[in-house]
Amino acid sequence: MSQESWNFLFIGLTFALYIVIAFRSRAASTKEYYVAGSGVSPFANGMATAADWMSAATFISMAGGIAASGYDASRFLMGWTGGFVLLTTLIVPYLRKFNKFTVVDFLGDRFYSNTARLVGVVCAIFICMTYIMGQMRGVGIVFSRLFSIPIWGGVWIGAAIVFFYAGLGGMKGITYTQVAQYCVMVFAYVLPVIFISMLLTGNVVPQLGLIGSYTKDGMESAVPLLDKLNQLNVDLGFASYTDGSKSRIDMFCITAALMFGTAGLPHVIVRFFTVKSVKAVRTSACWTLLFIAMIYLTAPALGAFARTNFIQEVNEVTYAEAPSWFKNWEDKNLIAWVDKNGDGRIQYRAGAALSPSKPQFATERGAHGERLLVNEATESTNEVYYDKDILVMANPEMAGLPAWVIALVMAGCVAAALSTAAGLLLVLSTSISHDLIKKVLKPDLSEKQEVMSARLASFGTLLVAAYFGINPPSSFVAKTVAFAFGLAASSFFPTLLMGIFSKRMNRAGAVSGMIVGITFTLGYIIYFQFIRPALGHDTGFLFGISPEGIGFIGMLLNFVVAFSVSAVTPAPPQEIQDMVEEVRLPNGVGKATH
Amino acid sequence: MDSESASAYWRGSLRVVAILLSIWAFISLGCGVLFRDFLDANFPSIGNAPFGFWIAQQGSIIGFVCLLLAYRSMMGSLDKKHGYDEAVEQ
Repeated sequence: MSQESWNFLFIGLTFALYIVIAFRSRAASTKEYYVAGSGVSPFANGMATAADWMSAATFISMAGGIAASGYDASRFLMGWTGGFVLLTTLIVPYLRKFNKFTVVDFLGDRFYSNTARLVGVVCAIFICMTYIMGQMRGVGIVFSRLFSIPIWGGVWIGAAIVFFYAGLGGMKGITYTQVAQYCVMVFAYVLPVIFISMLLTGNVVPQLGLIGSYTKDGMESAVPLLDKLNQLNVDLGFASYTDGSKSRIDMFCITAALMFGTAGLPHVIVRFFTVKSVKAVRTSACWTLLFIAMIYLTAPALGAFARTNFIQEVNEVTYAEAPSWFKNWEDKNLIAWVDKNGDGRIQYRAGAALSPSKPQFATERGAHGERLLVNEATESTNEVYYDKDILVMANPEMAGLPAWVIALVMAGCVAAALSTAAGLLLVLSTSISHDLIKKVLKPDLSEKQEVMSARLASFGTLLVAAYFGINPPSSFVAKTVAFAFGLAASSFFPTLLMGIFSKRMNRAGAVSGMIVGITFTLGYIIYFQFIRPALGHDTGFLFGISPEGIGFIGMLLNFVVAFSVSAVTPAPPQEIQDMVEEVRLPNGVGKATH
Repeated sequence: MDSESASAYWRGSLRVVAILLSIWAFISLGCGVLFRDFLDANFPSIGNAPFGFWIAQQGSIIGFVCLLLAYRSMMGSLDKKHGYDEAVEQ
């Protein structure tokens, strides 16, 4: 069977599976639509949350990022797992006890104010919208590579499927499809890495392979894998793999911003509203992190293996003898080679090979059969451009694995993008139908009308997301996905935390803290990314902190402002203080209600 | 629920959270970032990986999972001690 037919078979089968599941568990009431009737088992919710969490960006790009930057990429590994410790110990058990449908509900009730509710809705929509655009783009790219259709076609196929099961099925439909999607993802991610680990290190367990020896050239010449990689990196002019090159304070702030941001992301928090009790929330959080860890512990091994493989198979090899995957991905515009010194061999070195850095291909081919480029060659001795996203997708080919494994990886990429997009879509439609229409604009909405308006809202937001997926505001989307964490860290996380842990925190404090935190963070990001991007690396950065990590400072500002303002304004009413005391006790959670 | 047991329960849960989050900060931001050079230089390698590097890419994640398991069991026994345990976990 050809690669194409395997791809069709795997993607077709998984899609059919998702749609059958969604149809069988479609939602009938608001309770089912928003929180799956609060009857999901902790184990199933753990899997669903893990699938929700692993976006297309994580699945496709993270290992490539680790391969490219070694130790520096630890900020993502720690940030996106460590945040769950904060989420579990500080936020979700209390919000589950509070027993409402949405995160914004808590802000509105706890701070007895529709202003707080509106600020919350705006933050939620901004965070989720930037995130979902990236997912739609991811779906489009995978489809276009798979079936050689334009990206817009891929985006629309993805949007139609997400609408079918998220828009119609609600939280209940999403939850059970995400369980299936997690299973596809974990196989697709881990299986190829096991094969590659055996190939390079002779170790079946990739995590042991990472700290083991490189034995591909025979047992006698075995060397520690990481030493070999450091040597390769340094020889080619890169920073040593295990050392990294980011400043300590920047590493610290980015890691912290990612962790605190994780604990403030609305689409992750609401997943825990689907289980029965506070006790079930704690159990479910353990499952969630365990399932996430299975992929996150594999990623560093994959990154190291892929980097070693890539350099060994490509560097100083003549183009004529280059492996077939090199040429395949060149045909798909994701690898480019320019023979600067005219020796017919591929030299891979540090630095950008091309100017501008993304390749623009000419129609002719060069002397060795390579595709010629319109770009100018740079001064650097590096002759290779590669898109870091290919490492996960090309990995099975690099390791010479059979065609069905490659198809499985493709199905995994699609599952990752769809599951995250569905979760985000739900938060967006809930924010509009529940928090905005039902709670602020039209409180007399009946339950039937509310579900209908949620479906309409999800249709509308999906159209907007698909539009931006097809026409991304330049590189804006990829960047803002990372910044969504900074925004969540400086707005939702501190405000939720103070709402639970400080009885004295009042409306004025919370609202001003949120506004100052998010305005400062957004302003800093916009200034350095869009107004003066030329300032670039650490010139003019506050304390040398890059925009990626500024959410941490924004969070501290939020705390300072909130506590100062609330100290000089009246304490919250007695019934609010009683409510906070009630939220702190784990017993007697009914099902989530209005 | 009488308010005395409620406030004792709350003090107890604050203590659990404080303990676990100090460990959390120590392994991630501490060992993974701030002290990693010191750890690389002075601690034995894990397999062939420098200690600090291994903590940042593998050890911290394993540690987080253990922290959540500890949270679950510590809060569970706190629930029992103060009578907030709900017998039926469905």
